[in-house]
Amino acid sequence: MNVPAAWYLVLAALLFGVGAFGLLTRRSALIMFMCIELMLNAVNLTFVTFSRTLGDIGGQAIVFFVMVVAAAEVTVGLGIVVAVFRRRSSTSVDELSELRG
Amino acid sequence: MTLHVPSIHYLAILPVVILFGASLALLLLTALLGSKVTARVATSVTTLASLAAFAATFAQWSYVAQHGATTTIAHAIVLDGFSVVATAVVAVSLFLATLVAHDWSLRERVVGAEYQILALASAAGAVMMTQANDLIVVFLGLEILSIGLYVLVAFDRHRSTSAEAALKYFLLGGFASAIFAYGAALVYGATGSTNLTSVSYFLGSNVLLRPGLLYAGGALLLVGFAFKVAAVPFHLWSPDVYEGAPTPVTGFMASIVKVGAFAALVRVLISSLGTQLATWRPILWVLVALTTLVGASLALVQRNAKRMLAYSSINHAGFMLLGIWAGTTRGTAATLFYVMTYAPIVVATFAVVTLVGGPGDENHAIENYRGLARRQPWLGGALAVLLLSQLGAPLTTGFYAKFAVLAAAVDTGAGVLALIALLAAAIAAFFYLRWVLALYADDDLEAARIVVPRATGAAIALGVGATLLFGLWPGPLAALAQHATVLFNP
Repeated sequence: MNVPAAWYLVLAALLFGVGAFGLLTRRSALIMFMCIELMLNAVNLTFVTFSRTLGDIGGQAIVFFVMVVAAAEVTVGLGIVVAVFRRRSSTSVDELSELRG
Repeated sequence: MTLHVPSIHYLAILPVVILFGASLALLLLTALLGSKVTARVATSVTTLASLAAFAATFAQWSYVAQHGATTTIAHAIVLDGFSVVATAVVAVSLFLATLVAHDWSLRERVVGAEYQILALASAAGAVMMTQANDLIVVFLGLEILSIGLYVLVAFDRHRSTSAEAALKYFLLGGFASAIFAYGAALVYGATGSTNLTSVSYFLGSNVLLRPGLLYAGGALLLVGFAFKVAAVPFHLWSPDVYEGAPTPVTGFMASIVKVGAFAALVRVLISSLGTQLATWRPILWVLVALTTLVGASLALVQRNAKRMLAYSSINHAGFMLLGIWAGTTRGTAATLFYVMTYAPIVVATFAVVTLVGGPGDENHAIENYRGLARRQPWLGGALAVLLLSQLGAPLTTGFYAKFAVLAAAVDTGAGVLALIALLAAAIAAFFYLRWVLALYADDDLEAARIVVPRATGAAIALGVGATLLFGLWPGPLAALAQHATVLFNP
């Protein structure tokens, strides 16, 4: 069975959209965090699809870079979430309202 | 199957190697020796590394002047006049910010070398962005710059606002990075490459029948950049992060993020998407108008010095965008000149704010500045000069920087936009002057004297000295920006 490349692109766009929507609407820092990961994986899917249609290996190599970056972000991000959680016992961004003006 | 290893031009990557090398060396030293690596050692290594990177740019400059611009590592990294000057600005910013951070870490009893390790890594990321000739290298540079900064913002464990600012910065920064990466993916799909030169070549020799993919990609890249430089309407994170971050980190962030992001933005828009000038210009027009006006107006209503400077920095980002909007060599040179002059000023300004903030880094209300210049003429006077330079007063570098971008914009027929920017500058002038007047107010003369530690004092003196010296004698700096742009990799 041969799935057209456009389907993958649409799927990636949907994933990216779900991630962006989730990031803007959800209030838990951890879920927002997962949404960023979802968006980065949509980017990976797009790169791989274009790499296939263009017959260019470059796009697949880029995916490794994006994966490493995503992993590094997770490490630092979770550290920050833990630091906030220790002080407030909550990861809801609604309670982060000391800084405003 | 043969594996082709791309050739590496080591001089081109020398500053990145120095900064990263110093970062890893410090990390290793800390792991081996533990607490024997004192703040003094870490600061010495960092300042030496930044000076070495600065010296390396001289070697790079003479190479570029002789042999012209060159690319290396499979054309992903470029060495040209523009990258050399921007790299030098990053090195100077790191040097000044490290001096300020040293006294701050002694005052706040921050032990260990982690701060310097992260600052060095961030600076290496910024240098990578100035040299990037591939969207993925821009992305990597952006992430290396940002990930270090996320941690630096969270560095003050005594204030809960520090971690809060870091979380906000991290979530919105991650969002912006993902948007940028998606933009890069779409541009890759539309043009068949992420290499900026190839993209430019492809667009120059082909007519896109369905340019939707390219436009979508370009727009997403622009949104990603706008987030990073805090252009309105993508600026909402910036005042909170500026306020919550430890003050020396705010100064460091305000300078190197601007250098890295604007250098990369110039490359992407001018040298890669230059053929699409007519498409991105109107978008940039709106960004410039909103960024200058909103930045200046919201700065007026702030009561906190750090928030005020955050909005002021948003206003400055608008002026830097204005030079890019012009799309000409002159405009690019003007933006580079603006970044060159702004970086040391903003580090020095936040150095004074760090001192006034006092132990705990909390006295940032504008009332704390009343009468400062009367009690301590040198410290207050330095802040007054730095603020006047940001205002764009004559005899300071800020004046020439604003003049250059406005002239470049008018040159390309942006009368209305230049007027809007001028109006914004006038609004901004109001709050800078109000602050300067507060410095010279003659009440509250009994407040405690602020001790100026030696390193911070040196950083402030260097910032003030640079703005006055090149304000009286802007020729060499302006010529440098111009030469750098002439040597721009096409």
